[in-house]
Amino acid sequence: MSTLLLLVITGLGLGALYFLVASGLSLIYGLMGVLNFAHGSFLTISAFLGWEVGRRVSDGTWAGLALSALVGMLVGAVVAAATEYLLIRRLYERHIEQALVTVGLALASVALFEGIWGTDPIYTQKPEWLGETTEILGAKIPNDRFLLIACALLVLGGIVLFLQRTRYGLIIRAGVENRSMVTALGIDVRRSFTIVFAIGGAAAGLGGVLASVYYGYVSAHLGSVLLIFAFIVTVIGGLGSLTGAAIASVLVAVLQQFANYYLGGTGDLVVVIALAAVLLVRPRGLMGKAA
Amino acid sequence: MNQQRTDAAAPVDAPTRDTTTGPTPPPAASARRPLLLLAGGVALVVLLAILPLLAIDIPGVLPGPTYTPGTLQLLAYAMLIAALALSYRMMFGLAGLLSFGHALFFAAGAYGLGMTLYAFAPVAWPSELIFLGSIAVTLVVGIVLAATVGSLALRVTGISFAMVTLAFAQAGSVLIRRNPGGATGGDEGLSLDIEHVPDALVGVVNTRNLYWLALGVLVFVYLVVLWVERSRAGHVAEAVRENELRVRVIGLRPYTVKLLIFIVASVLAAVAGMGYLLLQSGASPRIATADFTLTLLVIVVLGGVGYRWGAIVGGIVYTLLDQRLTALAGSDFIAGLPAVLRVPLSEPLFILGTLFILVVLFLPGGIAGIPQRIRTGRKQHPVETEEAADA
Repeated sequence: MSTLLLLVITGLGLGALYFLVASGLSLIYGLMGVLNFAHGSFLTISAFLGWEVGRRVSDGTWAGLALSALVGMLVGAVVAAATEYLLIRRLYERHIEQALVTVGLALASVALFEGIWGTDPIYTQKPEWLGETTEILGAKIPNDRFLLIACALLVLGGIVLFLQRTRYGLIIRAGVENRSMVTALGIDVRRSFTIVFAIGGAAAGLGGVLASVYYGYVSAHLGSVLLIFAFIVTVIGGLGSLTGAAIASVLVAVLQQFANYYLGGTGDLVVVIALAAVLLVRPRGLMGKAA
Repeated sequence: MNQQRTDAAAPVDAPTRDTTTGPTPPPAASARRPLLLLAGGVALVVLLAILPLLAIDIPGVLPGPTYTPGTLQLLAYAMLIAALALSYRMMFGLAGLLSFGHALFFAAGAYGLGMTLYAFAPVAWPSELIFLGSIAVTLVVGIVLAATVGSLALRVTGISFAMVTLAFAQAGSVLIRRNPGGATGGDEGLSLDIEHVPDALVGVVNTRNLYWLALGVLVFVYLVVLWVERSRAGHVAEAVRENELRVRVIGLRPYTVKLLIFIVASVLAAVAGMGYLLLQSGASPRIATADFTLTLLVIVVLGGVGYRWGAIVGGIVYTLLDQRLTALAGSDFIAGLPAVLRVPLSEPLFILGTLFILVVLFLPGGIAGIPQRIRTGRKQHPVETEEAADA
């Protein structure tokens, strides 16, 4: 029982991380049809800059971590918005080229990060409490899992509120539904592209700082590892669906933890098989709209 | 043209829609043109074939004179990558199938041959028989793998297809790294068991033979690709890329044709993979990763999606650039620069990535599209004008 609980909560923690990356991917794809390969780089740069600022102010304290998270979100938002404005916008409506540009950006940026921060992982400090465990029903659960889950829930709530309660949220939801109609009504849908990129970038940036807490290090390849799983989550959840991404990230992460524990470390393989199965049975994903 | 509009309404078809940089129709049929092209091609192959006997030194491009093993090794590697890119272009450029799993088949060729050679090692057959038998077994494995993955992945289209192929490739990559039963060597990579490999293909002294082998693989892949493209199946595949619905309406089955193209391209990738194993005397898990497939995509787009020889030019230019930029990164000139310039310039992938972005943004036809651009003086991408006329 305690093992089961530990696996589930660890899975939820990992799922929180996947969700932070996948939410942006899914929104961007839903609105613009762009498969953003550079999303992992948004995460990595935020993790690095967040860590750089955090360690200069106060290393391993809550204040330092909060500052890192803020910096991470800001960096992620700015970098993502700049990417959209400078690169993606020029290739409006040419989806393959847009994806190709993000591929190039991902390759170039990872190489740049390696050049600046080296190829080896850099170990980070975190507040003492996060390194300890809490006992729930006999299961010793690392405390950082709770932080991850709380942050992901906050982000999910924030994005849902933004989409449901604000004017821009309305335009974005309408744009996902039918972009040409929104344009026909005289609304400049392009501004919401930049906003969606900024939101996705901010979520990924927060994910970057939290990933450095979860893994205990930052490295140039932090983003690319998470990105593959985020892609899988996005596709299983249904491209363009935020709820789908949330459900799928939990499912995928928990499944991965269970397979790793009970099936001898085959978590990655099981996830891949799950993706193939979902796509063959239900090509549009769990919550995706009918193609 | 209106038909394109209906396509745009279906989001799943959207990603395949913009790959319309198809080969341009030959200008006003002059009967001599194909003959000239043929003669040029044969002359080029002959020139490449006698390269190991010459001492051509191109400073800055090649690491040394062309007869030295180091240069031949690099050129052979570039040609194998070009062959692989050519097979990828057949899928992506001809049939419009954006696969993220092509590396899987290259790795299947390299690892398949390596592992079969180990498996046959204890058997007391003549070496030649074992070597050829291993190649045959690897080819069969390649065909079965391609047919399985292809028949599953082609049930979905567009981005979903890309994701299923990515998933399979990822599974393959994980398997190779996990080293089941010590068969793949894990992160260390698999070394070539030279016991049953013909002596002419082993050792630095014989790099020349490996170079010719690589050239042979490239020519073979090119001829197969040419044959497939000129065949009825090739024409149907091209039609499917442009408009799948129309092909269905005519009464043809796109699935069969796409599967055929998928299998042929994958088996060609496996052939290139076998060449890679022999040339590098081993295989590393790097060749099975998603990053490797992305590199292929970069090569094909860099060279020009719409042109067969674009993939070859892209493969060779990319490999040479990669190698030369790595050499440049270690040079004294770079070490003497201030950090702002030194750090980016010492990362070859950074320069290649940036170059790639610039090509996508400003040179949609790729390197192979440059002559066409100069000839027609067209500033715009052919697709753009088409879309403009459409609107």
